[in-house]
Amino acid sequence: MDELQKSMLEKIADIHEVPEGAYNIRSNGGLAGRNTTANIDIVTKEDKPGIDIIIKPNTKNESLHIPVILSQSGLKDMVYNDFYIGDNADVTIVAGCGIHNSGVEVSEHDGIHTFFVGKNAKVKYIEKHYGEGDGTGENILNPTTIIHIDEGGYMEMETTQIKGVDSTIRDTKADLKDGASLVIKEKIMTHGSQTAETNFVVDLDGVDSSANVISRSVAKGHSKQIFNSNVRGNNKCYGHTECDAILMDDGHVNAIPSLEANDLDASLIHEAAIGKIAGEQLIKLMTLGLTEQEAEEQIVNGFMK
Amino acid sequence: MLELKNISFEVHGDSATKEILKNVNITLEDGFVAVTGPNGGGKSTLAKVIAGILKPTSGKIILDGEDITDMSITDRARKGISFAFQQPVRFKGLTVKDLITMAKGEKLSISEVCSYLSEVGLCAKDYINREVNASLSGGELKRIEIAMIMARGTKLSLFDEPEAGIDLWSFNNLIRVFEAMRAKIKGSILIISHQERILNIADKIIVIANGEVTAQGVKEEVMPTLLASSEACSTLMDKLA
Repeated sequence: MDELQKSMLEKIADIHEVPEGAYNIRSNGGLAGRNTTANIDIVTKEDKPGIDIIIKPNTKNESLHIPVILSQSGLKDMVYNDFYIGDNADVTIVAGCGIHNSGVEVSEHDGIHTFFVGKNAKVKYIEKHYGEGDGTGENILNPTTIIHIDEGGYMEMETTQIKGVDSTIRDTKADLKDGASLVIKEKIMTHGSQTAETNFVVDLDGVDSSANVISRSVAKGHSKQIFNSNVRGNNKCYGHTECDAILMDDGHVNAIPSLEANDLDASLIHEAAIGKIAGEQLIKLMTLGLTEQEAEEQIVNGFMK
Repeated sequence: MLELKNISFEVHGDSATKEILKNVNITLEDGFVAVTGPNGGGKSTLAKVIAGILKPTSGKIILDGEDITDMSITDRARKGISFAFQQPVRFKGLTVKDLITMAKGEKLSISEVCSYLSEVGLCAKDYINREVNASLSGGELKRIEIAMIMARGTKLSLFDEPEAGIDLWSFNNLIRVFEAMRAKIKGSILIISHQERILNIADKIIVIANGEVTAQGVKEEVMPTLLASSEACSTLMDKLA
């Protein structure tokens, strides 16, 4: 792996050298490294690009890294990754995609990740998307995440896109059985003329299932964001969605939350707030000696932390 | 030393111009000064004019011999002016530690942040990583606001009604905080307050009513005039009744 690829890995997966535990590194459409453990197996799919990840029941405190990097301009990469997480397992999965595009052609990575979370299993899934490069070619990332959580299972998904992705459509669909819960924390920052569309559809099918979808975003420059969330309460359940956005320059944000209660005992809440940075926040930090620009940076960094 | 020379501040409404401050002249030496007076009299406006948040319509502000009238909020802060707001600002995402660190202007160890929080009566370990958002009560926010001013430790500290929203038990501690600050910070402390106990520990009291300084001096001189003005008010009330 060259220096460029190493620096990309650090940005998307906080990996400095070879990660501990199981990993699968995909670089420019090919395999750049793989390690399996006694409990985590990684198998290349035969019918289409992608991998199957099989985590044995009762696997505890193990981690899996599956970063993807594209440094070749004009490459269109599409993968299907399926995660089978055994009952009672407790694992952390770090994914992420970084594009370095120094050419004029479009670089695109579309990943479809499907999670089968077993009974009483616990998964923390961290995903980072990042683009860079001095070329004029666009960086496009379209992640799709499909989540099925079995009884009593829990999944926490942290998805972050901070920089350099020109266009993204992020689809997340989930269905939850009895007592299952899902927490999604999304952070998006767009600048220039980037566009970002997020679509969340969560079906709370089981008794006492719950979902908490939290999105924080910053739209700078002429960028445009669309936030769609649809939480459907199909049983006695609890659902909460929250969309908070900061507008800067000429940014646009369109939040379209939808709650659908199909059961008398479904309890669903949505909160949304969009606006520029409050003048009093800037003034407060300026009275501490920060310039207006420094104050703005601190507020945005804190908000996206 | 801070000098306000003929400071006026006007706001323009739809039909009329209102004078919020009228030719205010004040000299702040080192020490503890309390500003008091009726609501709507111009006290908070005065503090905002000193901090640079509002620009005076006319007059000059001189800090240690330098004219700072046209200086920005940031530059005044860097020259040594701190301002604790009457209504502290909430920030989604920024933590108590972030704000104290920004106030200090340099990296702080956890124990240093804790010591500022302890001084305002907050149990540091419960607060240090809390977001300064709607989950904090008004009283907690006020104390964090004061801790930020203590962390800055500048030569001029302005407090706009620090006691507002603080419960009685905390109020006793707050008085102690200001007494300690007075001993520790070499410079001027200006507190806008309605509380007699705060007025009692001041070296000087300034009364502002209807945008004008109606009295200033040591406690013994000013307190009687405060009582006189409230008598005038009751006379008026009698007439109206």
